[in-house]
Amino acid sequence: MSKNNERYGLLIDYDFCTGCHTCEAACKVEHKLAYGQWGIKLAQDGPRKLENGRYEFVYVPIPTSLCDLCEDLVKVGKFPTCVAHCQADVMTYGPVKELAKKMADKPKMVLFAPR
Amino acid sequence: MAYEISEYYKKHKGEAQWQDGEYTCTRTTMWSGPGCHNGCGVVYYTKNGKVEKIEGDPYNPFNLGKLCMRCINYVEAADSNDRLKWPLKRVGERGENKWERISWDEAYDIIVEKVNGIKKDYGPESIVCMEGTGRNVIWQVPYLCYAAFGSPNFTLGFLSGESCSMPRLVTEAVTEGEFTFGDYSAHFPDRYENPNWKLPEVILLWGQNAIISNPDSSLGHWIVECMKRGSKLIVVDPMLTWLAAKADIWLRVRPGTDAALAMAMNDVIIKEDLYDHAFVEKWCHGFDDFAERVATMPPERAAEICWIPKDTIVEAARLYGKAERGAGTWGVSVDMAQCGISAAQAINALWAICGNLDKPGGQSIIRYAFDQGLAYDYGIEILPPEVTAKRIGMDLPLKQFGFGATAHSDTLLKVIEAGGVPYPIKMFWFQSTNPIANMGAEAPRLYKAIKTADFNVVVDMFMTPTAVAFADLVLPCAMSSERWSQRNWWMPTASIRKVASYYEAKSDEQLILELGKRFSPELFPWKDDKEWIDWIISDQTSKMGMTFDELCDVVCQYEDFEYYKYEKGMLRPDGKPGFNTPTGKVELKLSLFEAWGLDPLPWYQEPPESPYSTPELHKKYPLVLTTGHRSWEFFHSEHRQLKLNREFHPDPMIKMNPETAAKFGVKEGDWVWVENYRGRFKQKVKYEMLHPGVVNAEHGWWFPEKEAAEPSLYGVFDSNCNNLTTMCQNGPTGYGAPYKNQLCTVYKVTEENSKIMPTEQVTRLGGFNYVQK
Ligand code: SF4
Ligand code: SF4
Ligand code: SF4
Repeated sequence: MSKNNERYGLLIDYDFCTGCHTCEAACKVEHKLAYGQWGIKLAQDGPRKLENGRYEFVYVPIPTSLCDLCEDLVKVGKFPTCVAHCQADVMTYGPVKELAKKMADKPKMVLFAPR
Repeated sequence: MAYEISEYYKKHKGEAQWQDGEYTCTRTTMWSGPGCHNGCGVVYYTKNGKVEKIEGDPYNPFNLGKLCMRCINYVEAADSNDRLKWPLKRVGERGENKWERISWDEAYDIIVEKVNGIKKDYGPESIVCMEGTGRNVIWQVPYLCYAAFGSPNFTLGFLSGESCSMPRLVTEAVTEGEFTFGDYSAHFPDRYENPNWKLPEVILLWGQNAIISNPDSSLGHWIVECMKRGSKLIVVDPMLTWLAAKADIWLRVRPGTDAALAMAMNDVIIKEDLYDHAFVEKWCHGFDDFAERVATMPPERAAEICWIPKDTIVEAARLYGKAERGAGTWGVSVDMAQCGISAAQAINALWAICGNLDKPGGQSIIRYAFDQGLAYDYGIEILPPEVTAKRIGMDLPLKQFGFGATAHSDTLLKVIEAGGVPYPIKMFWFQSTNPIANMGAEAPRLYKAIKTADFNVVVDMFMTPTAVAFADLVLPCAMSSERWSQRNWWMPTASIRKVASYYEAKSDEQLILELGKRFSPELFPWKDDKEWIDWIISDQTSKMGMTFDELCDVVCQYEDFEYYKYEKGMLRPDGKPGFNTPTGKVELKLSLFEAWGLDPLPWYQEPPESPYSTPELHKKYPLVLTTGHRSWEFFHSEHRQLKLNREFHPDPMIKMNPETAAKFGVKEGDWVWVENYRGRFKQKVKYEMLHPGVVNAEHGWWFPEKEAAEPSLYGVFDSNCNNLTTMCQNGPTGYGAPYKNQLCTVYKVTEENSKIMPTEQVTRLGGFNYVQK
């Protein structure tokens, strides 16, 4: 939580997450995480064929307990590095209350409040 | 959500450089090496001449602040202790990996002596210069080859049929006299907000997983941005990629049959009257003959050839044909078939007859910004005509007529194998290319051929299998943050600013300049690399009206872009409306091909080895093997030594349908041998959604963690898909090669069947059997 006691989080539009692994890599580099350690990790569903003939192929990045919402970067007025570099620009950082409102605008969103 | 700028960067808007505590922050452009074809905007954080951190520059219109994994992990690469630090001279035998540190002056002295000796005894044409694809050496190595060595033989690293980009570019040059580019707003600095830009209604993505490959100066995620805004998608790909899964229509094409598919789509669009009559009547040449030709490939015939249901082909043609605006991006898969030129011709025609050329949200006609365009032929005019005439492959029709400014790799191989007829090849200069690990087809055959040269130089960032196997001298080149350079590839013109250094590594420009001065000082008049770049920006890009320093301050500069240039008389040298072709129109029937005795209309031919062209072989090798798809973690053979990238992708993987795996008695995670009559390689099985008769193997694999000296040679042939591909099977133009459509079988790796690894087989035992004959 931030100093004004407001909880912050990450809103992900998993409709367009391409599984590019940038968020995972950026987090590891920024936090100097060791081999096998992750601050955010991609989950994958598919690819598989649905009964309607279309395909399901979805990625969702999940922040882990190591995610500190890039405290140090946020302090100097930057976005968390995963958000800043997300190739598909599907991650938003902000107060969960505001992010929750954005979820009303579009389906296939997920909101994480890691801490 | 889209592209917000953080408070920190808002504060530094418009600044090229600023101080942030102990860091100097520099806003500039990244371009290999290492990296890719692209030039993303970055901010380097440096301290004591070292890059300590890197971030995407949110104000750069090209990448809008985004970076992919490779640049995110730039510091590990730049800082790696494994990099080449100073010039090395071979002391043991070739392949022993024994070197002695020498100075740059000693290195230059050796090169001058060798080059002059070869020139005197055999002629300058006995020297061949090679470079890798899409790297920031595009114009530099050709200039060295022509202006310093005096040889016409510049080429890519044994790229068979020059089948990366060249077939597509040449086809565009003869069809509409210009190059084209799917319109995802990239020509405007204000991008998606530009009032003249319009969203493509449909995007036709042909033979390319754009979000990973980021090819030819475009970023695949631009397509994702268009999808978010509502663009529909048609994907032609043998594998169900993420983009294919999201597409409205996925065309699961049999590798190598793209020409048939494109012809059939044209046929549907013409028969169902979905084409743009006004455009075709006014601006296209040869429509009737073209229509008649594509009618020989109706969708039912293409369905059988391509292994795609007829209805899906028709549906795709309708979706594209009915769209008000269709943008297209095509990949190297188009080139990598014997009839690659023909596939390109038919796809290009699709764009044209649907009226999408140079329309907002269509297929933009694009030029190098400010008409700069330094490329493979930079400096060629310096050579006397009788020397240029000696360029290898000059007898091929398109080369004779000045299309394609490279020597022909397949012919080069034949020249070497014929024992040097018409003249011997005595020296190779490899700059940022690693042909036996990567782009050269039939790698074991190349290994033998390259070993015959008397003197070889490798310029690279890390020691490579090519360097260990062949080099007499290895020179360390700088990475992107360590060089003054520039980038002009469509839009924009961008500056690359030096902010760091690494031991004695020199920029490609600087080392070429220093060496060039020793041969022909008058052709290398610049004091240093920065002055050379300034001359290119101030003099050769004078339309921009800037010096290099000024360009560094603004990072990059866009030229005004106009749509419908053919209506405005902006394409032809005579200023008349129309296209810069012999007929002034888009040539659906190529008058230049006709004049050169080539078929002027698209045609289809089975791959040289396929289920239908060689059914007996197919019984023995029942799987179609496609290769060369890209990975997030690597650019071709690069990045294998980086811990982070390898954590994401530790092993080479062959992708197959679970059904195929079961049939061959293997499962996901198993190591398998992939074999045909040319040789074999091993990779690990990964399940993907492919046709059960098709498998898809990775390229570019070598193992920096393994022993460098032969017979290990970093295991370069162990997992090398190019043990199974061929050289010298090109189309009638000399372009196109079947990299992506071979036959193979697979079987599980066991201790018993792995006693002799391919690298030992190639380096110690004379190669696979068929090469020995
Ligand atoms: S917010 Fe920072 S710490 Fe959390 S996942 Fe993203 S990069 Fe990692
Ligand atoms: S960076 Fe963005 S698009 Fe890439 S995997 Fe992470 S969330 Fe998905
Ligand atoms: S490697 Fe990735 S981030 Fe770097 S220039 Fe290429 S596309 Fe951009």
